Amino acid sequence: MSATVRDPQPSLRARRKRLADPAFRWFVTLAGTSVFVILAAMVVRTTTDAWPIFQHEGFFGFLTGDRWVSGSTRGTGDFTGTYGAWPFIYGTLVTALIAIVIALPLALCVAIYINQLAPKRLRNPLSYTVEMLAAVPSIVFGMWGLFWLVPNVLLPVFGWLESVLGWFFLFEGPVFGRGYLAAGIVLAIMILPIITAIVREVIAVHPADQQHAAYALGATRFEVIRKVVLPSSFSGIVGATMLGLGRAIGETIAVMMLIGSTKSWEGSLLRMGDSMAAHIAATFKDSSPEAVKGLMAIGVALFLFTMIINVAARLLVWRIGRVAGDAAV
Amino acid sequence: MSTTVTDNTPNGVPEGSSEGGTPTKGKGPRLTPTGHRSLLEKQGNANSRATVNSIAMGVLTGAMVLAVIPLVLILYKVGVEGLSTINLNFFTMDEPTYRTTEAGYRAGFVGTLYIMAGAIVMAIPLGLATAIYLVEYGRGRLAGLIRFFTDVMTGIPSIFVGLFVYGMLIASGAIFRVGFSAFAASVAIAVIMLPIVTRSAEEILKLVPDEWRNASYALGAGKARTIMTTVLPAAAPGLATGSMLAVARGVGETAPLILTALGSQYLVTTYFSNAQGAVPLQIHSGATQPFAAGIERAWGGALCLFLFVLILVIAARWIGARANKRA
Repeated sequence: MSATVRDPQPSLRARRKRLADPAFRWFVTLAGTSVFVILAAMVVRTTTDAWPIFQHEGFFGFLTGDRWVSGSTRGTGDFTGTYGAWPFIYGTLVTALIAIVIALPLALCVAIYINQLAPKRLRNPLSYTVEMLAAVPSIVFGMWGLFWLVPNVLLPVFGWLESVLGWFFLFEGPVFGRGYLAAGIVLAIMILPIITAIVREVIAVHPADQQHAAYALGATRFEVIRKVVLPSSFSGIVGATMLGLGRAIGETIAVMMLIGSTKSWEGSLLRMGDSMAAHIAATFKDSSPEAVKGLMAIGVALFLFTMIINVAARLLVWRIGRVAGDAAV
Repeated sequence: MSTTVTDNTPNGVPEGSSEGGTPTKGKGPRLTPTGHRSLLEKQGNANSRATVNSIAMGVLTGAMVLAVIPLVLILYKVGVEGLSTINLNFFTMDEPTYRTTEAGYRAGFVGTLYIMAGAIVMAIPLGLATAIYLVEYGRGRLAGLIRFFTDVMTGIPSIFVGLFVYGMLIASGAIFRVGFSAFAASVAIAVIMLPIVTRSAEEILKLVPDEWRNASYALGAGKARTIMTTVLPAAAPGLATGSMLAVARGVGETAPLILTALGSQYLVTTYFSNAQGAVPLQIHSGATQPFAAGIERAWGGALCLFLFVLILVIAARWIGARANKRA
């Protein structure tokens, strides 16, 4: 009997549900598509702002010109400066390459050690420790590099490098401490956790049966790693490397504090230079409206580089599945 | 007899290394009582393989040790330098000049609080909603594209995000115009945090078993209600973990703040209209000027920032691990 009394209630709730469900659906769909809106706004806004510079110098002229003289006009029409971003592009590429050359072998070894050699109990603590490095703010890396690593470690090492290999153009003096190599070394420490995390994940999904089969055939641990695990993880490792490269290219503050900010480009790794991101951050506050457009243009070029690298890397890592964990994001 | 056994061993023996020759040598191979070659007998390149193996293991272990060293060194240096600087003044005073010894990072702490509060309010709901779309509704090409571009967005340089927000909100009034302000900085940090929140939340929501959703439907709940009252509470610890990691990432960002908050040496309490300070900004300007007092304070700021991030990350891990254990 009481059921008939309560009868209207369910139908009312049902109608509200009919409204609530599509509304919720639209809301979350809208939120999902916001990614496109943000990305599109980014590309359009910065490219329009940088467009006059590209028109003034030509896109490739901008990328290859090696003179950067900030102009001082306030309007949009005429330019008094010269905008060639090559010194910064060169610095970015050199520091990122140094970082990869140092970090990749190390990250491979660490990932393999954690996955294959470490006692089971130690695996999680060890990987946490390495990933903790990813949580260190880059300003802290910069300070530590500038005030501890450069005077205590790098200056003596660089001095020795210069005295032994000074005849080779890569290690020509004078030694400043700060410079491409110093920035590259700190960058290597910074990208170590991301490469390690992804390589570890890639190695972890390698089927254990295959490894056991190799052991059964009499292979040593090293042979299993070298001939069974690594070859099938190759594309994942390449992807991880490229993600690390993308991170290294975009890194700003630590590089800015360590590279020297000179606007010039030098063959020697021990000399000072400048990178794209570092130049934007270092000169932004003192820039005229015209020079800010130049910085926007550097930003667009930087975005293009990282975009190409990231898309390629994601496509490679995609096949393995997405990597969880904070170091990988 | 023994030679034929040797030939049949599956373990690839290099040509001419042992077959036939070994038994005639002065010290013959170890034999089992039945006359077969003992399994303890090493032959061919076994020794060199063992050497290579142990060298490689040594290298791997060495790399592991090497990888931990920087973290220890950074912790030590920041801890020692920072602890000697931090006192009550550090939290209650502004920093009018770098030379004065009686000064602190109050402006930075308040600024960071403003900026992060805004960024959290913007990024976390949007990121969670995106993750809900991807897990609960998303099918086909649109979801794939959102997923892909979210991943790609994690790789965008933070300085570029700063340039974008500067161009969008500060230089031109495309939508509405604010000056250098905590709001602009919040937007920049939110753009950096958004993909991190989305990705971690998506992974967590995927772990909620479908049976729970079906049970909720069976009780008569609609989809929205199921998500709000069943899926989200079940995933709450994991969602908190992901959000905390995103905050930890956002709070240490310096580069976009240079272009959006600009920095301030004095306490600023407005959100929209004035250039705002922040701890990372103050560390940066303090570390790159010549006066010793300012540099010491920068270490103090670095210690505060580092400790905050570390505590956040460890707490996030702890919450995540506890939730995993329960499930």
